[in-house]
Amino acid sequence: MQVHELTIREAQRLLARGEISAVALAEAVIDRIVAADNDVRAYLTLTPELALEQARAADLRRAEARRSGADSLPPLLGIPLAIKDVLCTAGIHTTCGSRILEDFVPPYDATVVARLKDAGCVMLGKTNTDEFAMGSSTENSAYFVTHNPWDLARVPGGSSGGSAAAVAAGEALGALGSDTGGSVRQPAAFCGVVGLKPTYGRVSRYGLVAFASSLDQAGPLTRDVADAALLLGIIAGADAHDSTSAAVEVPDYAAALTGDIRGLRVGVPEEYLVPGMEPGVEAAVRQAVAQLEALGAAVERVSLPHTEYALPVFYLLAPAEASANLARYDGVKYGYSAPAGELWEMYKRTRGEGFGAEVKRRIMLGTYVLSAGYYEAYYLKAQKVRTLIRQDFERALARVDVLVAPTSPTVAFPIGAKSQDPLQMYLSDVLTLSLNLAGLCGISVPCGFSQGLPVGMQILGRAFDEATILRVAHAYEQATPWHTYRPALA
Amino acid sequence: MPLTREQVEHIAELAKIALSEGEVELYREQLSAILDHVAALQRLDTEAIAPTARVLEASNVMRPDVAQASLPVEDVLANAPSRRDDAFCVPPVLEEPYEL
Repeated sequence: MQVHELTIREAQRLLARGEISAVALAEAVIDRIVAADNDVRAYLTLTPELALEQARAADLRRAEARRSGADSLPPLLGIPLAIKDVLCTAGIHTTCGSRILEDFVPPYDATVVARLKDAGCVMLGKTNTDEFAMGSSTENSAYFVTHNPWDLARVPGGSSGGSAAAVAAGEALGALGSDTGGSVRQPAAFCGVVGLKPTYGRVSRYGLVAFASSLDQAGPLTRDVADAALLLGIIAGADAHDSTSAAVEVPDYAAALTGDIRGLRVGVPEEYLVPGMEPGVEAAVRQAVAQLEALGAAVERVSLPHTEYALPVFYLLAPAEASANLARYDGVKYGYSAPAGELWEMYKRTRGEGFGAEVKRRIMLGTYVLSAGYYEAYYLKAQKVRTLIRQDFERALARVDVLVAPTSPTVAFPIGAKSQDPLQMYLSDVLTLSLNLAGLCGISVPCGFSQGLPVGMQILGRAFDEATILRVAHAYEQATPWHTYRPALA
Repeated sequence: MPLTREQVEHIAELAKIALSEGEVELYREQLSAILDHVAALQRLDTEAIAPTARVLEASNVMRPDVAQASLPVEDVLANAPSRRDDAFCVPPVLEEPYEL
């Protein structure tokens, strides 16, 4: 195995035993980026000098600890990671994949970034995203399209497509993404990596550039489940800067990975095996469910009867929240500002020229559904149906411990296949949106291949019960080979 | 029911987004199709259902009222497209510019 293909925990062991230096590890991953990223295009901004500086500091710190006999070192000391470009990084460009933030350099770190830094990580750069995380393919980036490492003619999924592609291609040992309607899980599925969406409130949103504030959560993308557990343990927990981060104790996620799921109750929502699903995806997920049963889980069918309404609810509520959140881009405080002789003209031209097509579409939609005369019929109605969707999950998860389903109805689709039809693109998220509306946690793990491309299975759990979905995902992973496959990228 | 051009122009005005003629027509078609799709919600009787605005039960999260430093002014203004001294600079709001 090559150095850039290591999992975080393998790299931790090599660093701890002195078999590799943090500088050598960072150099190997940077070399990999240089070799692969012309094809994959996962990164919007690379920070190799910073990475090597942090790696040198990590090596010094480890050497110092060895001399003084101290044995407590931060858990990610010397581990090279990538950050989705919707998370603020002090002193490093944060564009959100948008022209309107092309020159924006945040004065502070997002809390999740600060926690990774405190844990000693080495920062490789910022990864590509659909503009303001609005999209399912990374094609809505204002800069360029990211390519799926398994087939460069296909999308990596989105909106955290850059992070997923970087992890799959060996261009980072792990990464952070954000998931508002599936934006960590769906690209993880498309790129054959693990992606975890934490319970709403589990992880601070401070410095995660707001898209839809009642739905957004940052989460890890990694090569295996234990790495996801490791990163989640570092970024999770209450934060004084975000009053929606919950004061709920963060358990030792590594301890949850027992490999034992005997007697665990697994529900398969019948509405998630949707008509028109790719046969290879359905077959892989059915096989995975059988595997869980073979490991001792008790599998039963459950129903989430309002599933068909998740898409309309999401595409009313998320744009409504976005239309309010994106009002801040006014050409005054930061970002692009169009020259104009008068204030209102300046606002309109700044936003008309600075935002891309999908962002304008969603702001317009959200503005419409919040406007006088339409609020009750659209926005309030959607909030009420959101309650029904939450209740579906509450009932199902009172009977079973976790739910399992395909992450996406298809494997990665060709670049350009859906970019002209927003509704078709939205349907790509049909299996992931409900979880965000319910505010629960989910993890996507590789569960096979269809058409030679990775298939993902998502395991969904109760609020703040990431430990159980990690336990199931880990037990499944240990019994199957899928997480060991790597794309045959040159 | 499809949106009219006038409605799209009105939404753009509310959202403070300048649209080209072509964009008005494109968004008229696309937003109409999306609104058509979300009309499915009207099939559900939600008379007795309370709306969900957020999923967490906590409300009015309190913290000790302790004064602490904000970001330095220079950091805050570092990204300003246009500034004068310690202020953001904007084009005239009133028709007649006036001197302070």
